[in-house]
Amino acid sequence: MEVLLAILIGVMFGASVYLMLSRNWVRYLFGFIVISNAVNLLLFAVGRVELGRPALVPPGLAAPDGPVANSLPQALILTAIVIGFGLLAFALVLASRAWAELGTVDVDAMRVAEPREDAAREGRDA
Amino acid sequence: MAADHAGAASSPGARALTAIGIAIALGFAGALASLVPAVAGGAAPSVAVPWLPALGVALAFRVDGLSLLFALLISGIGALVLLYAHRYLRGHPHAARLQLFLTLFMLSMLGLVLADDAVVLFVFWELTTVTSYLLIGFDSESAKSRRAALQAMLVTGSGGLALLVGLLILGGVTGTLRISEWIAAGSVAGQVAYTAVFALVVLAAFTKSAQFPFHFWLPGAMAAPTPVSAYLHSATMVKAGVYLLMRMHPVLGGTELWFWTLTVAGSATALWASIVALRQTDLKLALAYSTVTALGFLVLFVGAEIGIAITAAVTFLIVHAFYKSALFLVVGIVDHATGTREAQRLGGLARTMPTTAAAAGLAALSMAGFPPLLGFIGKELKYEAALAIVSQPLVLATLLVVANALTFAVAAVVAFRPFWRGEPETPRMPHEAPRRMRAGPLLLAAAGFAFGVYPELVGRYLVEPAVAAIRATPMEVDLKLWHGVNVPLAMSVATALLGLAIYAAHERVRAVLARAVSALPLTGERAFDASLDALRSFAAFQTRILQGGSLRRYLFATWLVLPAAVGSVLVLRGGLAWPASPSPVPVYAWPIVLLVAAGSIAPIVTTSRLASIAALGLVGAGVSLLYLLFGAPDVAMTQLLVETLTVVIVAVVLLRLPRFSGRDHPGSAGRARDAALAIAAGTTVSALLLAVLASPLDPSLSDWFAANALPAGFGRNVVNVVIVDFRALDTLGEITVVTVAACAAYALLKLRPGASSEQEGA
Repeated sequence: MEVLLAILIGVMFGASVYLMLSRNWVRYLFGFIVISNAVNLLLFAVGRVELGRPALVPPGLAAPDGPVANSLPQALILTAIVIGFGLLAFALVLASRAWAELGTVDVDAMRVAEPREDAAREGRDA
Repeated sequence: MAADHAGAASSPGARALTAIGIAIALGFAGALASLVPAVAGGAAPSVAVPWLPALGVALAFRVDGLSLLFALLISGIGALVLLYAHRYLRGHPHAARLQLFLTLFMLSMLGLVLADDAVVLFVFWELTTVTSYLLIGFDSESAKSRRAALQAMLVTGSGGLALLVGLLILGGVTGTLRISEWIAAGSVAGQVAYTAVFALVVLAAFTKSAQFPFHFWLPGAMAAPTPVSAYLHSATMVKAGVYLLMRMHPVLGGTELWFWTLTVAGSATALWASIVALRQTDLKLALAYSTVTALGFLVLFVGAEIGIAITAAVTFLIVHAFYKSALFLVVGIVDHATGTREAQRLGGLARTMPTTAAAAGLAALSMAGFPPLLGFIGKELKYEAALAIVSQPLVLATLLVVANALTFAVAAVVAFRPFWRGEPETPRMPHEAPRRMRAGPLLLAAAGFAFGVYPELVGRYLVEPAVAAIRATPMEVDLKLWHGVNVPLAMSVATALLGLAIYAAHERVRAVLARAVSALPLTGERAFDASLDALRSFAAFQTRILQGGSLRRYLFATWLVLPAAVGSVLVLRGGLAWPASPSPVPVYAWPIVLLVAAGSIAPIVTTSRLASIAALGLVGAGVSLLYLLFGAPDVAMTQLLVETLTVVIVAVVLLRLPRFSGRDHPGSAGRARDAALAIAAGTTVSALLLAVLASPLDPSLSDWFAANALPAGFGRNVVNVVIVDFRALDTLGEITVVTVAACAAYALLKLRPGASSEQEGA
C-alpha cells in the first residue's frame, strides 16, 4: 500500500507544480489546494499506514490494546489542514481583490511591487 | 579649512581628547623607550593572553627591534601630530572627533606593529583601514573627500582580505599562528603553498603601501586634513605594508620571486612617482607623490637579502618619517597662514615666518640628502646598497640617481622656493604660526639634524636591532656621516647637480609632464572607476536575473531545487531504496487512489471552471477516505468539513473571476519545460518517500503519547489528547493563524484604500 501511496503523492506533487507554474493565478491556487493535500498525505505516509486501527484507548484499559495507527502525524495533519484552509481562504479573497483592482489574474502582468520599468532603468544607470 | 576657525576657541571635548591622546602616545613612547637598551641587547619582551585557544589564536604581542622602531615612530610622531592638530583645527566643530580618530588610528597602528599573532595582526591591519577611512573622510561634507576615503578603504581593504587568506594558509603550513615561531622556523620557500602565500601577502603590502599599480589611492588620501596626511604618510598607514614585508622577510624572503617582484615593483613605483611629484603645483600633492617614491625605495631594498640593503631600508625609513612629517606640517602652516598651497603663488615667506622656514629648510635638506643631515646617510646607504645588489647594479644605480634627483627638485620646490624666492601673491597676509603648530615640524626637522650629526646612536639602538629582526640574524650596523671619497659620494654629487638642473628647469618640465601624463590612456584612477562600474553593472545584471519580478520564474527556480538538490543527491549517493516488505493494496483502495490522481490532473487539462472545482472536490474527498481507511477518523472528518467549505468558497470566488484561457503556459516550449520540471519534482518526492519508508521508524514519541493519553491527559482518543493537551501550543498557533487570515480577508473585502483615504483627507 505504501508504494501505491508514494506514487500517488508523486503524481499529486507533479500536477500541483505544473498548476503553480501557470500564468493564471486561479490555476496557481488550484495547485496550492492539491499540494496541501499531497503534503498532508506525505506526512501521513511517513508515519506508516496500518489498515483500520484508530489510536483509541478502549474502555477499561490504560493504553491502546495492541498496535494502532501513529497518532503523531495525525495531530500534525489536523493542524496543517486548518492552517492550509486559512491560507487558501485568504489567497482566494486576495485573488478576487486583485482582479477588482488590477483587472488581471495573469501573474506575469502583476508587477506593482517589482515593476518592469525599474529593472530597465537600473540596467541603463549601471 | 583650518584658517576659517582660527579665531575661535577650542571646545572642552577637543581639549580633553587631545590630552588623552597625547597622554596615551607619550605613555607608549616612554614605555617603549625604556625597552630600547634591552631590545638592543637582543631581548624581545613578549606577552600572550589566550583569546581563541581552540583555534590557537592568542592576544600575543612582542617587542623586537623592528616592532620597537615602528612603535616609537608611531607614538612619538603621533604625540606631535595630535598637538599640532589641536591648534590646526581650533574651533572646528568636529575637532574633538578628529582627535578621537587620530588616537584610535594610532592605537591600531601600534597593535599592528606589536602583534605577534597572525590573526591579531590581521585584526589591527583592518582597524587601520577602518580608522584611516574615518580620517581621510573627515571632511565628510565634501564629495571628493568621501570618494578618497572610500577608494583608500576599498583598495587597502581588498589587500586586507588577501592578507587574511595568506596568513591562514601560512598558519596551516607551519602549524602555528605565532609570528615569532614562523620567524624562528625560517623560510617556507620550499613549501608548495609558498607562491600562494607570497602573492597574497605581497598584494596586501602593495595595496597598503601604495605600490604600482595600486599607488593611486595615496595622493587622493591627502583630501584629509594636513595633520592627518602628515601622520598617514610618515610613520603609519602606508608604512604598514613595508612593515609587513620586513616582518615576513625571514619567512618569505630570499627567493628569486621575492627579489624580482619587490625590486621591479619598488623601482617602478619610485621612478614613476618621483616624475609625477614634480608635475604637481599643489605642495601637498607634491609631497604625497614623493611619499610614494619613498615607499618604492623601501620596497625595493626590502626585496634584497644582503645586510646593507636592509640597513639602507631601515635608515631611510627613519629619515623619511622625520622629514616627511615635518614637511607636511610645514605645508599645513603655510596653508593656514597664507590661504593657499599653490607653489606659484607662494614666495618670500622666510621674512615673516622665520621659524617655520627654518624647520622647512632643515627637513628639505634631509629630503634632498645634504650632509650633515640623516637624509645624507640614508642616501649614501641607498647608493651603497644599490651597488651591492649584484644583478644589474648599473641599471639600479642610475634609476636611484634619477629618482633621488627628482626628489631633490621636489624638496626645493616644496620647501625652498616658497620661503626664499620671489614675492608672495597670497590670499592672506602671511604671519608666523602659533607655537604649538611650530613645535612639531621644528622638533622633527631638528631630529633629522641631530641624528645626522650623531648617527652612532641611531645606528646602535634603532637601526641595528631592526635590521637584526628583519634578517633574523644579528648584524653590526655602524652609521657614519663620512665614508670617505667613494662611488656613493660621487653619485651623491651627481644627484645634487642633476637635481639642481631639474629644479632650475622645473616649470618647463612640469608643463611637459602635465601634457604627457594626461595623454596616458589608462591610469590607476580610471581603472579603479572602471572596476567599480563593472561591479555595479554586474550587481544590476544578476539582480535582474535573480530578482526579475516574475513570480513564475521564482517558483520555477524554487521547484528546481527539489530535483536538482534532493533528487540528484538521492541518485548519486545511492539513497534510492524500496520498502522491504510492502503491505498489500486492498482492492477498495484502488478506485480511491485512481480518483484522487485523476482529480489532481484534471484541472490541468480542462478549461472549465466548474469541472476544475469538481475535480478538486474529488481530491479532497478521496484523501479524506484514505485517512478513514488507515485509522485516522478525526483527520478524515476534519478534511471532509474543510474540503466542503473550500469547494464552496472557491466556487463563490471563481464566479467573480474571468474564465480560463487555454494558454496559461507561454508557448509549447514553455509548456514542455514546466511539464518536465513537474514530472521531475513529482518523481523526486515519490523516490524520497520510498527511501524514507525503507528506513526504520522511531516510534518512541507515538508510543509515549499512546501510553500517556489516558493517565496524563485523561482522554481515550490519543489524537485529540495530543492536539488539546500535549501539543496545545501548536493548536493555539493554528487558531491564531486562522484568526489572522480571517481578519486579513475581511479587511481585503471591506476596505477600499483609495476611497477611504480620500474621505479621510476631506
